[in-house]
Amino acid sequence: MSGLAATGFDLMLCALILGAALAAIAVRDLFGAVVFFIVYGVFVALAWLRLEAIDVALTEAALGAGLTGVLMIGAVSRLERLTSRDQDQDAAGPQSPPTSSAARIATMVGAAGIGGGLAWGFITLPPSAGLQLAVAENLAASGVENPVTAVLLNFRGWDTLLESIVLLAALIALWSLARDQDWGRRPGLRQHARPGGVMATFGRLLPPFGFLLGVYLVWTGSAQPGGAFQGGTVLAAVWLLVMMAGLKAAPRVSSTRLRWALIAGPLLFIGVGLAGAVAGTFLGLPTAYAKPLILTIEAGLTLSIAATLALLVLGAPMAGDGLGPDQPDKEPAR
Amino acid sequence: MIASATLFGLCGAALIGLGLYGFVVQAHLLRRLIAFNIIGSGIFLLFGASGARDQLASTDPVAQALIITGIVVALAATAFGVGLVLAFAKVTGQTHLPEESDARQRPLKAGLPDRSVQTIVKDPAG
Repeated sequence: MSGLAATGFDLMLCALILGAALAAIAVRDLFGAVVFFIVYGVFVALAWLRLEAIDVALTEAALGAGLTGVLMIGAVSRLERLTSRDQDQDAAGPQSPPTSSAARIATMVGAAGIGGGLAWGFITLPPSAGLQLAVAENLAASGVENPVTAVLLNFRGWDTLLESIVLLAALIALWSLARDQDWGRRPGLRQHARPGGVMATFGRLLPPFGFLLGVYLVWTGSAQPGGAFQGGTVLAAVWLLVMMAGLKAAPRVSSTRLRWALIAGPLLFIGVGLAGAVAGTFLGLPTAYAKPLILTIEAGLTLSIAATLALLVLGAPMAGDGLGPDQPDKEPAR
Repeated sequence: MIASATLFGLCGAALIGLGLYGFVVQAHLLRRLIAFNIIGSGIFLLFGASGARDQLASTDPVAQALIITGIVVALAATAFGVGLVLAFAKVTGQTHLPEESDARQRPLKAGLPDRSVQTIVKDPAG
């Protein structure tokens, strides 16, 4: 695209993004807000494509629109179950207390001021070449051809290592919300998929393709857009689909195998980092071995990211959540 | 002609404002999480676009890597937030914080604490 057509497309996309965001915030119905939020995520992924940030676009589409969408829809249906008995009187009215219009206007002015200030700052930002050239100059030493993967796993390996630990910390925090008597159960979000229904059919049809796509994204990430996060997210989605279709039960949070899968990536990463420390620099990858090392770390990270993300979406183990208050924790029908 | 980066950077700034407004005005906790995510992706867009203004090549790979990290961390934080909202709703049966009701002249419904106690006692695994 060039010239006027490109600008027109960008303008329309901006309008769609802002419209979807406004709808996600202001629409009355909570479920509608979540749907608009998912649509918003897809539009933002398109914006990343227009900025030629394909790695970010993949991540945004898979995580921002996909997994966050599943998480939010699951949250809406669970909230309905948890609060339905109290909200009878409220059913007709708005779910949340109304804000006074004076407070609304004050907030609007404040938010517009912050947004406007940021916009002004953005426009007056002095031109800068950024770190693009520095990355391009050192790309040959990184072992991979995709500059984003080179930054994630080699130049700024610290960030990625700590991020994988942040993911684990979030999962531990989430699990710690479980009450004592629920501990060791399977996490929620189980569905009753009708045999032969859409969910059950797609649950059998999509996983092979999704699995292939996920592994391909990791493998190709060394040279082209893709990588452990994008591939891991696709694999997490595949696992969630299999669990939601009732083909396989969610693992118990006390399962040792599960815990190994969760820490495999960070452990491998730390191991490689320590080996680097012995050779000179922590997390330093010697150019000759950089590519196999990066692929090894990515393989471990993909497994851990997929497992952690899927479990984050499933939520804390909670009794009486997926199966109704009186049913014990039993295997779903196969 | 306006460059894509300029447009999407401004769009990001607008999203941050919009998200902040939603975060303050909406009392429903899940809607606050949605607003929080909109603020987040607005920040990413603003950040990514300022790394893409240089017309030489695509968006700065360092910015891209940081944004990918940010998106993953945002999902982790959102998942924890959803967990907190669900745990809160399970105990109180409410989807907004009690101080919101007080501040907006709507008393908490009578009898609520009893119900939450019942839920805990009734629990099968207990």
